[in-house]
Amino acid sequence: MLHTVNKSPFEKNSLQTCLRLSQPGSSILLIEDGIYGALKGSDAAANITEHLQDRQFYVLGPDLKARGIDKSRLIDGIEIVDYDGFVKLAVEEPKVQSWM
Amino acid sequence: MSDQEASPTSGIIKKFLYVNRRAPHGSNYAQEGLEVALVGAAFEQDVAMAYIDDGVFQLKTDQDTSEIGTKNFSPTYRALGDYDVKKIYVEKESLEKRGLTQDDLMPLVYEDEDDDWAEKPMINLVSAAELQDIIEQSDVVLNF
Amino acid sequence: MTIEVSGKSYETDEEGYLANLSDWNLELAEAMAKQDGCDLTENHWEVVNFLREYYDEYQIAPAVRVLTKAIGKRLGKDKGNSKYLYELFPYGPAKQACKYAGLPKPTGCV
Repeated sequence: MLHTVNKSPFEKNSLQTCLRLSQPGSSILLIEDGIYGALKGSDAAANITEHLQDRQFYVLGPDLKARGIDKSRLIDGIEIVDYDGFVKLAVEEPKVQSWM
Repeated sequence: MSDQEASPTSGIIKKFLYVNRRAPHGSNYAQEGLEVALVGAAFEQDVAMAYIDDGVFQLKTDQDTSEIGTKNFSPTYRALGDYDVKKIYVEKESLEKRGLTQDDLMPLVYEDEDDDWAEKPMINLVSAAELQDIIEQSDVVLNF
Repeated sequence: MTIEVSGKSYETDEEGYLANLSDWNLELAEAMAKQDGCDLTENHWEVVNFLREYYDEYQIAPAVRVLTKAIGKRLGKDKGNSKYLYELFPYGPAKQACKYAGLPKPTGCV
């Protein structure tokens, strides 16, 4: 299943809840302000690093670019996708759950 | 001039502090906070900006919204100096929590009229304790 | 509202400011000025072009006080003062010149 998160982890608990309620093997795509959850060295980074083993994480490139976040600032192991990649993920996965 | 004509430009200068706590592109708060601050500054009020929590992301370098189809208002922060805004406070704790340092922030400057228009940095990193005093000493605090 | 120039029609807001920045051209600027009974001279163009450059760099149209100061810095004190600018643009230098420059109403203008 594909889960999307569009809120900053410093302001809302959408990412935490997504990780608590998504099954191992899920794909998690960070979009809009959700991309701040992918920042290496932040207080929220542990959310993702603790789940890298059994979840696949993606961030939407255009949203990174809009916010001035370079790929070098991301937690290692997170993949950047463009809009086509987003569509591909959504089509490949049987269901999409949006954590807003 | 009669007393009735007292307008914001005719004398009373108040200390305005605009507190910005939202990330830049996920909602309109950031852009509106910036525009309202510029309007206030155009009326020759003493305007200072504070960036705390996700608001610190507003000052991040290299923002480029061309691929998300929204207006890139990031360059407008550089106009604050033209509007005589000279004080930008960024809370250290908020930056650290997000894995950011001052190098991640746009190098905003103003030109000091009293010092042969020398460019001076506007951004001051302050601790929460210092920010408490700044908020306390402001006449009007507006939140975005 | 719309404005017609050379058989083409351009969308404006209710105060005559161009709806789409990218529609702007020289002819359109002159037509807008003519509607206000104003012929654009070289001195007008200096200010209009300055505003377009300012917008390009900062993504806002400056308030009149900011414009006056910036013009003074760029074009000298004899032009960076309200008397000179109000003579050129009697409806308000920032407001009127921004209109001909195809920009939105200045930020800090009510």
